[in-house]
Amino acid sequence: MKIMISNASPDPIYEQILQQIKQKIISGELKAGDALPSLRSLARDLGISVITTKRTYEELERAGFIDAVSGKGCFVAAQNAEFLKEQKMKVIEDKLSEVILEAQRLGIPYSELKAMFEVLYEEKS
Amino acid sequence: MMANILEVRNLRKAYDQFTLKDISFHLPEGFVMGLVGPNGSGKTTIIKLIMNLIMKQSGDIKVFGQDHRACEAQIKARIGFVYETPNFYANLRLDQIASLIAPFYTAWDQAVFRRHCQAFQLPLDHTFKSLSKGMQMKFSLALALSHHADLLILDEPTSGLDPVFRREFLELLRDHVQDDHRAVLYSTHITSDLERIADYMTLLKDGEILLSLSINEIEENWGLIKTQQEDTAWGDLDVKGMRQRESFTEILTSDIQKARRIFDQNSLFEKASIEDIMFFLAQGDSHEHGPH
Repeated sequence: MKIMISNASPDPIYEQILQQIKQKIISGELKAGDALPSLRSLARDLGISVITTKRTYEELERAGFIDAVSGKGCFVAAQNAEFLKEQKMKVIEDKLSEVILEAQRLGIPYSELKAMFEVLYEEKS
Repeated sequence: MMANILEVRNLRKAYDQFTLKDISFHLPEGFVMGLVGPNGSGKTTIIKLIMNLIMKQSGDIKVFGQDHRACEAQIKARIGFVYETPNFYANLRLDQIASLIAPFYTAWDQAVFRRHCQAFQLPLDHTFKSLSKGMQMKFSLALALSHHADLLILDEPTSGLDPVFRREFLELLRDHVQDDHRAVLYSTHITSDLERIADYMTLLKDGEILLSLSINEIEENWGLIKTQQEDTAWGDLDVKGMRQRESFTEILTSDIQKARRIFDQNSLFEKASIEDIMFFLAQGDSHEHGPH
């Protein structure tokens, strides 16, 4: 599992790892039943504290992305298609929300934003 | 539940000029803890007390669950200790010193010792006094790492080392705690070392613990804010320290998420380094208590 972290990023390290693992599960790169590296080996690889990797896995487990099997380690949880789709939608929703907030801050009206979106969408497709 | 490799409770030691004031902390197995603080804050005193090199006035120290004095011999066999200024027979060769020290440890591993000496490029046929300060420290580390110690106690181990070896050395410490039943306690001035490898840090000032928490906690929740907003707008934010600049205020908080909701868009939010925390807390404290 390839994960990279940046010390210069404003996001906490646990958040960076969390997002990357989520991304790999949503994209299908990590499949249900795949084993995640142990807390210690991931911490060692990334040169971070095991407290941080533990925190990340706990969060992933709470969000339903992985299952912790005691004595065996952590595995990617079986995802139902509905859940995965929802997660993909959420990624887009978050990005759009960011754009909307920024537009409001800059005083760009909805009509202009919509026009911009349509032009850009045309260009990319 | 994880066991504590080291437990310090209400530890007190008074000198004429300095008192270690009933400090308590613990170090669970599998982790690295850094002791930081300004000069004269009590780091070396704590380490000397744990090693029973000086007498405590009151308090308890338990290592591997046993009293550090009642079971001193058994405990010390399982500790790898590096003192700030390594002190060995200056006129003996390194291999002679090693063969003098080895018999004290039942778990001494000559193969491991040789491996470290090779990796550290230690000239075993040279006398101790002929080595540079950095090489002396490396030799001291090689000795401490060669008897499968369950607890490493290091007093300023990285101060005389060049940046390249310092990083390699920090990796060695991390490797050491890959075995869940081991732990490392070390004091340092170089706070960036802690960010690289420590799990916990304990910050001392004037013989008291100002802060003892996980590095992750700092990474996730602590932060610096630069703002032009007046303090009436700060609400109930947990302010750990502040510094007035000419055109803005710098604030250290232990709840950066909350700060992001409180302050306006013109404010800047940054991660707080251990050095920042040390600076703000150490400074804040002396302002409250006045000059010594």
